[in-house]
Amino acid sequence: MTPTTDTAPVQRSAVLERGALIAVGLAVVMAVALAAGARFGALLLVGLGFGITLEGLRFGFAGPWRAMIVRREPAGLLAQLVSIGLVAVVAFPLLAANTSELTGAHAPVGVAMIGGAFVFGICMQLVLGCGSGTLINAGSGNPVGAVALPFFAIGSFAGAYHIDWWIGLGTAPVVAFSGTSGLAITLLGLAAVAGMAIWLAAPGAARIPRRLWLAAIFVALFAVGNLVISGQPWGVVYGLGLWAAKGAQALGADLSASAFWAAPTNVERLGQSILTDVTSLTNLGLIGGALLVSLWRGGLSAGLPRLPALAWGVTIVAGFLLGYSSRLAFGCNVGAFFSGVSTGSLHGWVWFVAAFAGSYWGVRMRPALGLEARA
Amino acid sequence: MTRKPVALMVFLFVLALVFADLSVSAALNPYKAPPALALGSGQAAGGAHCAAVPPL
Repeated sequence: MTPTTDTAPVQRSAVLERGALIAVGLAVVMAVALAAGARFGALLLVGLGFGITLEGLRFGFAGPWRAMIVRREPAGLLAQLVSIGLVAVVAFPLLAANTSELTGAHAPVGVAMIGGAFVFGICMQLVLGCGSGTLINAGSGNPVGAVALPFFAIGSFAGAYHIDWWIGLGTAPVVAFSGTSGLAITLLGLAAVAGMAIWLAAPGAARIPRRLWLAAIFVALFAVGNLVISGQPWGVVYGLGLWAAKGAQALGADLSASAFWAAPTNVERLGQSILTDVTSLTNLGLIGGALLVSLWRGGLSAGLPRLPALAWGVTIVAGFLLGYSSRLAFGCNVGAFFSGVSTGSLHGWVWFVAAFAGSYWGVRMRPALGLEARA
Repeated sequence: MTRKPVALMVFLFVLALVFADLSVSAALNPYKAPPALALGSGQAAGGAHCAAVPPL
């Protein structure tokens, strides 16, 4: 019997399985489009694209920042900056020409915003997952991500509930760069950060591998798609908070005392299905995309990390703080950093500096908290 | 133990979330859905985003 005869049925089976995965993904998108509307099906497809790209090409935020801090390997960080720059080149003219239909991720810089980004930076290293990363990790069967996710949602809800008090601690007016000069400032800023990362890099570590170039381009394409389809930039945290808020409301909680949840936009969101909410749909797509890639690769047979009880307790607390702090910071690595910078918001740059500083401390805290797996 | 049961639990969590949400939310109506693309629609963006500041 030849090797070809032995492997052919296995290969046919793998092709069938992968074909079935694609068919299931497209069927779910089609079902949402038919039930809720074409825009919402398209947004779920964009979310699946994000999930497949992030998991399939291993593009992330927490891991690359850790690599830069621990090993001075900037490739992942550089890929993020490339992707943000690509989005900015398209988003700035679009936003300038369509002020009523499209909106940027523009938010004010403030005391709580900076503190929130710093805490988020610590916690994203503790669970090794940021806003998008926690969804991707959960979808790919990572137990730390799966445990952190519901607490992330609860934290996001609670942070939004209290956000008016935190804003009152001191908040500056919104500063947003726009037009050609704004784009030039943004691209120069990205180039300056990239230059600093390359200057600090370990010898030979500054080259961006092909998969990260591809990921940067795909993420940028999906981010522009998110903006064009929904009218707003890619975000994560709002959707998670909305899930918990809807849960609280279903259990009888009265949210009318919250300035945030009583605002007309959010009252409307609370009454409508999450299948008509922009960030909820892309969040569901992120989880689904990561799951599809894991099934495609057979990655779900990997073993689980052995972590002490302390580490699971830290995961719960850090998951909650990820959600809470990202509300105070007007977004996470996606809504504040990626989308804020790529649409000209000063708060995106401040978020990056504060969260990177927090990440430095988060990396140092991991061993003491039992978060370095024993096997 | 592998990642498979964890992924299965997350999948079931998402399914439960969607179906529970559908049971307490306004019914979906594709005939009242916004245009497929916000760009060129003439409609203002919704404002339900992480960076949105609440009215104070």
